[in-house]
Amino acid sequence: MVLAAAGWMTVVILVLIMIMLFVEGLPILAVTNPFSFLFTSQWYPVSDPPVFGILSLIIGSLMITATALVIAIPLGIGAAAFLAEIAPPPVREAIKPVIELLSGIPSIVLGFIGFLLLAPAIQRIFNLDSGLNGLTAGILLAFMCLPTIVSISEDALSAVPREYKEASLALGATRWQTIYRVLIPAARPGIVASVMLGMGRAIGETMTVLMVSGGRLAIPSFITDPMSAMTGRIAIEINNAVFGGLQYQALFAIGIVLFLITFAINLVADLVLEKQRRRYA
Amino acid sequence: MSPTAGKLEGRHFRSRNATQTAAFIFLGACVLLILVPVIYIIVYTIVNGAGAISWDFLTQLPKQRGLQGGIFSAIVGSFYLMVGVVVFALPVGIMAAIYLHEYARQGPLVRLINLSIVNLAGVPSIVYGLFGLSFFVLMLKMGSSLLAASLTLSCMALPVVVTASREALATVPNSYREGSLALGASRWQTIVRVVLPQAWPGILTGLVLAVSRAAGETAPILITGTAFTAILPTSLFDQFNALPYHLYVVATQIPNMPKSTQWGITLVLLVMVLLFNLTAIILRIRLRAQRKKWGL
Repeated sequence: MVLAAAGWMTVVILVLIMIMLFVEGLPILAVTNPFSFLFTSQWYPVSDPPVFGILSLIIGSLMITATALVIAIPLGIGAAAFLAEIAPPPVREAIKPVIELLSGIPSIVLGFIGFLLLAPAIQRIFNLDSGLNGLTAGILLAFMCLPTIVSISEDALSAVPREYKEASLALGATRWQTIYRVLIPAARPGIVASVMLGMGRAIGETMTVLMVSGGRLAIPSFITDPMSAMTGRIAIEINNAVFGGLQYQALFAIGIVLFLITFAINLVADLVLEKQRRRYA
Repeated sequence: MSPTAGKLEGRHFRSRNATQTAAFIFLGACVLLILVPVIYIIVYTIVNGAGAISWDFLTQLPKQRGLQGGIFSAIVGSFYLMVGVVVFALPVGIMAAIYLHEYARQGPLVRLINLSIVNLAGVPSIVYGLFGLSFFVLMLKMGSSLLAASLTLSCMALPVVVTASREALATVPNSYREGSLALGASRWQTIVRVVLPQAWPGILTGLVLAVSRAAGETAPILITGTAFTAILPTSLFDQFNALPYHLYVVATQIPNMPKSTQWGITLVLLVMVLLFNLTAIILRIRLRAQRKKWGL
């Protein structure tokens, strides 16, 4: 009985999270409608009357996440292919722990380092007014989602049956042709899932984005503009919001949007991984 | 084959090999582009932070908003959080894993639990923070406190502990269970006396990773219990300071904060978290070696 209760605990927590978000966040619809909440960009939570439009936050989150993925997808899949197919075992065993260490670096530390080291470099290279912008945030987030992409893609590549590889090599294909034309297509569901999970991490990342994205509340026109993300906005404002007030409700409503996005991403990624598992079971 | 054809073939093969070499260099470069920044970050933090580390820095309470004194209150707060995660997430996580692996029959219900584990692992940390604030802090009236923050982090850690414990249970050969049952032990005795001891190193690996993640989190504790304070918490209902939060405030809100102090805090946090990760990695390598010995 106790064991079963513990087993169901994860379901209970997930349902509680949903209930609390909806109970605290949905009442905001009394003063705004879903359309203007999601698709207008005026965010004045404490003026009278307050205005709640999160479009600039959504676009900020998407631009930063897209930048992170543009960097992390080729790097991550390339590194996974290297580790799974090219690196001799001792090299692989030496490199994998370092990539695992990367996933252990706290987001606040990455944010701090981005703030002090990367932002000034980006400012100089692109000749900008400030290095605190979407690009800096995107580069740092790429490193946050790389461990996920590398490890799951590598698992997927390693799970492709040996016969595929042997058949390809026996037909005279080079090792590279085998990787590119046989192994990567065969592992595609796993690789796609790894990218989705990495994307989920990037879109939910808070402290790094908060510290280096610049914090400007306007629809960014280019990736090197200062911008705000949904996560960072919640973290900045929630401690100053009156519990139960309109601003508090609006921040929970942003939480609902984040939750639904990551929930959908994880659900689909899990289905895709399941498909991959069944394919080679 | 005519001589010309042979030459053409040769050129073809050479270009294939050149493509392969170029591709392998590209893939190797991908790995380097990941490794070099990681190593650079760690080395840079050590070089810049080592100067700030002293016995006083680690054991003195902060003075003058962290400009003077040490970071003892932040270290203590982080330690309490880690203890909290072990106390709350470990027993529930292990019991959940035992239920899922040893008792539950595979079916739609278990599939539902699996789905919730996967999705919990993907919920953004700031959303856990909102949940902790509305549920533990406000609804259960714990207030902004060590207890609320520990419970929030434990919810985050739970999917990691369950997944690792389950994998650890799955590696214990069935012959062990059968042997124990055949000797007349009950199912529960078998699990507690035979299966768990075998699975323990694997469970520990997951726990260490979960605790280190919890120790590095900022966003959830930021809104459920931290305060930039030099006062040590004396009860579960006190606010507290923690290393990642201390770093956040010091780096963004205190003007004229010496860089060496900031790097010093970063170094302490990084060393703490990476030591946990290294422990987990070493545990796993030893486990793998042991399993190989058993021929599993």
